[in-house]
Amino acid sequence: MRDKILAILEKNARIDPKDLASLIGEQEEEVRKEIERLEDEGIICGYHTMVNWSKTDLEKADAFIEVKVTPQRGVGFDQIAERIWQYPEVTSIYLISGNFDFAVFIQGKSMREVAMFVSEKLSTIDGVLSTSTQFILKKYKEQGTVIEAPKKDERILVS
Amino acid sequence: MRDPLNSFIEAIPPSGIRKFFDIVSEMKDAISLGVGEPDFDTPWHVREEGIYSLEKGKTFYTSNAGLKELRTEIGAFMKRHYDLSYDPEGEIIVTVGGSEAIDICFRAMLEKGDEVIIPEPCFVSYKPCAILAGATPVTIPLQEKNHFRLTPEELLSHITDRTKLLFISYPNNPTGAVMEREDLEKIAEIVIEKDLYVLSDEIYSELSYTGKPHVSIASLPGMRDRTIVVNGFSKAFAMTGWRLGYACGPKRVMEQMLKIHQFAIMCAPTTSQYAAVEAMRNGDEDIAEMRESYDQRRRYLLDTFAEMGVPCFPAQGAFYLFPCIKQFGMSSEEFATKLLEEQKVAVVPGSAFGDSGEGFLRISYAYSLRDLKKAMEKIRLFVDGLREKEGK
Ligand SMILES: Cc1ncc(COP(=O)(O)O)c(C=O)c1O
Repeated sequence: MRDKILAILEKNARIDPKDLASLIGEQEEEVRKEIERLEDEGIICGYHTMVNWSKTDLEKADAFIEVKVTPQRGVGFDQIAERIWQYPEVTSIYLISGNFDFAVFIQGKSMREVAMFVSEKLSTIDGVLSTSTQFILKKYKEQGTVIEAPKKDERILVS
Repeated sequence: MRDPLNSFIEAIPPSGIRKFFDIVSEMKDAISLGVGEPDFDTPWHVREEGIYSLEKGKTFYTSNAGLKELRTEIGAFMKRHYDLSYDPEGEIIVTVGGSEAIDICFRAMLEKGDEVIIPEPCFVSYKPCAILAGATPVTIPLQEKNHFRLTPEELLSHITDRTKLLFISYPNNPTGAVMEREDLEKIAEIVIEKDLYVLSDEIYSELSYTGKPHVSIASLPGMRDRTIVVNGFSKAFAMTGWRLGYACGPKRVMEQMLKIHQFAIMCAPTTSQYAAVEAMRNGDEDIAEMRESYDQRRRYLLDTFAEMGVPCFPAQGAFYLFPCIKQFGMSSEEFATKLLEEQKVAVVPGSAFGDSGEGFLRISYAYSLRDLKKAMEKIRLFVDGLREKEGK
């Protein structure tokens, strides 16, 4: 039941638990309880709405920043990561293998704001050696979802 | 001017689905639960192989029976999925959809005076194709109380000394019925005893929700050389527009089918064949994913019909439900037409699939949950309205 609930919720966080129960052939009450357990255990960490801000009047600037750091004795990368994720501007941060250490995603109101954030906040953190900022110009696909106008059903109506 | 037409062809009635399509297409912004094809896109890795083949200029005819590579993969697929062994040389033909395979099989096997038994409700092409082949279709009205499975008694009572071929198609369009091994064994016994052949349209074989793999009647003892299995890429791989299917069977029959195919068709589309090689080789996971999704929607619709008080037998295959609407005292066509007019939801009247489909509707769940929810809400309103009118 767990795996099925997660697979469905991952694609559709807003599904009514009654419908979810129906889809997987379980009792609604059981499904509600299982979701609660998944939340309590931190397996479901949150629900959020994907917004295509470029279609709204609000301006947003997204950037992807490569960050190189010197890991600290005893705590490795985790302490610096924590320093970085505390900023609300940081939407994601990953420790990665390869040429740099952290992939940091930042969202701000404008490119200027993001650039300021990087130079004033991010690069001045103890242990950060260098940053390289890439602005995101257009989003094509995010979290498995293609960001474009919803696809039209082109099948003939009755066949 | 003289009559340009073959009166024999003129006498064949048009498809019942077609008739309803004409009504639906008049209606602006109707929501449809009427399609007979998957809502998924063809998996990307399959489409990509089609594209690559075009880039490499593979745009020529293939051999009549289809690419050797594809026939080999089909052979491997049939073995892996249904434990059936066919020789890619002479026992497998790649066709233009399952549709063509059915047509050429009838034409290769049947002649005037032969009877072919066709259980109904069923897909619309069988009867006309049998007639086009010059044979006489003998239909068996299947019963909901038997879950629309063909019973040995029903079969026996329709066999005459002219019966040559039994047509079966499970999982079934439009009922969603499946036949399990035990059911098929009883049918096979009669087929062997009466010296009949079977044409088995297994186009929905991968879409079975019994929790057990599909059983092909050809895999039962003594049946391989009496059975022509038709299958294809349309439903399992969401490849309807590629127009690709196949037939497998004993060499002697396949040879004659190939002759018709060679003269009428030449070969199935080349691009589609290259894509299909990839589907057969690396498509099992795609099928499993789509199957799970259909199964979920199937359960959702069964629950929703139950809540509405509209009885619906627990179909276990394809992507159709076949709810019974006899309680409303209307014909299927009346019901479907009113539903379309009042709530703009298109479903196909069961009667389009044979007289024994009267009193039922075919509901397709090849739609997203969101679309299904919207449509079911409208059906609920319609049904409530009918009950109110009757003061129930
Ligand atoms: C039962 C059945 N057989 C055969 C077909 C034909 O499929 P295709 O010619 O696309 O392979 C269909 C299509 O709707 C069907 O439902």
